[in-house]
Amino acid sequence: MKKTGPVEIVKPKDLQEAIALVRKGGMPLAGGTDVFVRIRKGFWDPPFLVYIGELPELRGIEFREDGAEVGAAVTHAELLRSKLPQKLPIFRLVLEKLGAPAIREMGTIGGNVANASPAGDTLIPLYLLEARVNTVGPEGERSLPIEEFILGPGKTALKPGEIIRSFWIPFPGGEPEAYFHKVGRRRALYIAVLSLGALVWLDGEVIQDARLALGAVAPTVIRARGVEEELRGRRLVREDLEPLCDKLAATTRPITDVRGPDWYRREATGRLLLGLLRLRRDTA
Amino acid sequence: MRISFTLNGRRVEVDVPPGRRLLDLLREDLGLTGTKEGCGEGECGACTVLVNGRPRLSCLTAAIQVDGKEVLTIEGLRENGELHPLQRAFVEAAGVQCGFCTPGFIMAAYALLKENPDPTPQEVKDWLSGNLCRCTGYQQIVEAVLLAAKYMRDG
Ligand SMILES: Cc1cc2nc3c(=O)[nH]c(=O)nc-3n(C[C@H](O)[C@H](O)[C@H](O)COP(=O)(O)OP(=O)(O)OC[C@H]3O[C@@H](n4cnc5c(N)ncnc54)[C@H](O)[C@@H]3O)c2cc1C
Ligand code: FES
Ligand code: FES
Repeated sequence: MKKTGPVEIVKPKDLQEAIALVRKGGMPLAGGTDVFVRIRKGFWDPPFLVYIGELPELRGIEFREDGAEVGAAVTHAELLRSKLPQKLPIFRLVLEKLGAPAIREMGTIGGNVANASPAGDTLIPLYLLEARVNTVGPEGERSLPIEEFILGPGKTALKPGEIIRSFWIPFPGGEPEAYFHKVGRRRALYIAVLSLGALVWLDGEVIQDARLALGAVAPTVIRARGVEEELRGRRLVREDLEPLCDKLAATTRPITDVRGPDWYRREATGRLLLGLLRLRRDTA
Repeated sequence: MRISFTLNGRRVEVDVPPGRRLLDLLREDLGLTGTKEGCGEGECGACTVLVNGRPRLSCLTAAIQVDGKEVLTIEGLRENGELHPLQRAFVEAAGVQCGFCTPGFIMAAYALLKENPDPTPQEVKDWLSGNLCRCTGYQQIVEAVLLAAKYMRDG
């Protein structure tokens, strides 16, 4: 995709051949929204790309009683059009704010996760729902919890030759309210400066249980488990949430980069917690 | 590599490197220069085309990714020599100044109106958030899309 000439791309005939090609040093190519940008900018220079975006084994969404299996090469737009957002509204909230329509048509959930960006938007629902990553490689299949799969910025537990085949997304019990707020530079387009996603189980205004995931405030997406615990039994009112803002801010380990200084992120993160007040039915 | 796809309703077969950008394939190999290159990095939407009816950025699409698919570019919108209602509305509502961004906006809007024939102004803005225009200030573009929607609904 460089101006100097097209990068070499191989289209494997099946999953086995794809694995063999990746084992030989080929870089997986799904939607290309990251790969082509980075090659063009000169950040990456893979010997060749292996086009896995249309492999049947990586496509499709299968719904079961207790969860959904989502193929790695399913695009963001396909997810939005599927029944998944109905079952799990957190996906609708997140995916509607991911890029713009063309990026959503091209980009895949597998590519987003394999990037392991601390600002990767699909990681928020995957962390909240405690999804598993199903991989396939020269030594067969593996399945890892998302939090063990993502190791650091751009780092995953994938071994040489392994690719992500699918995600197992368990449906949580009950009917949690879903919340997502992303602070970014330009509306709808591009990478979060910081983000908070939440699932909150309410009984009236009392919080029965809560899960919180923060994006772009640490080397990986993180769950704020300490704050989750403290939320239990509190009411969803300002007086009850305010004392926890500092605690949420303290869970962050921001890295100052081009997208905003870390003092800003730490302070702003704490205040994000108050956004949960919007989940109150009476104020909706 | 030989790839074949449908381009604006006609079947084409070309011999290209699989990594050739769809943008270059269209503009340089096939002479369809309506599709524009702005940033080349996914940020401006000037290169938007439809693949199987859905918007895609041709600057971030490799030839191999459209093999066997249907591609629609701005050149494919005219019917029987007449401007498409979107093209007409962009001209009438002054949604075009220098015109560089226009094919991308029209292709993106085309995809929107197919799915949602009667969008609200906010829905139009949200949908076009991936397209940049340095001239018009967007208001006229939104108006043009709403006007086109009306033309298309009225037949
Ligand atoms: C203009 C623009 C806006 C964007 N906005 C957002 C945004 O708002 N939020 C956001 O999170 N991201 C955003 N992105 C980033 C990108 O679109 C997403 O990360 C997307 O989901 C990547 O998917 P892809 O299929 O295009 O990945 P690709 O570019 O094809 O691949 C990305 C990486 O993943 C690897 N890979 C892909 N599939 C697999 C697999 N199955 N197994 C193993 N490795 C694999 C590739 O080798 C590569 O390293 C944006 C990008 C652009 C250009
Ligand atoms: S040229 Fe493709 S998005 Fe700008
Ligand atoms: S009319 Fe000039 S960039 Fe939009």
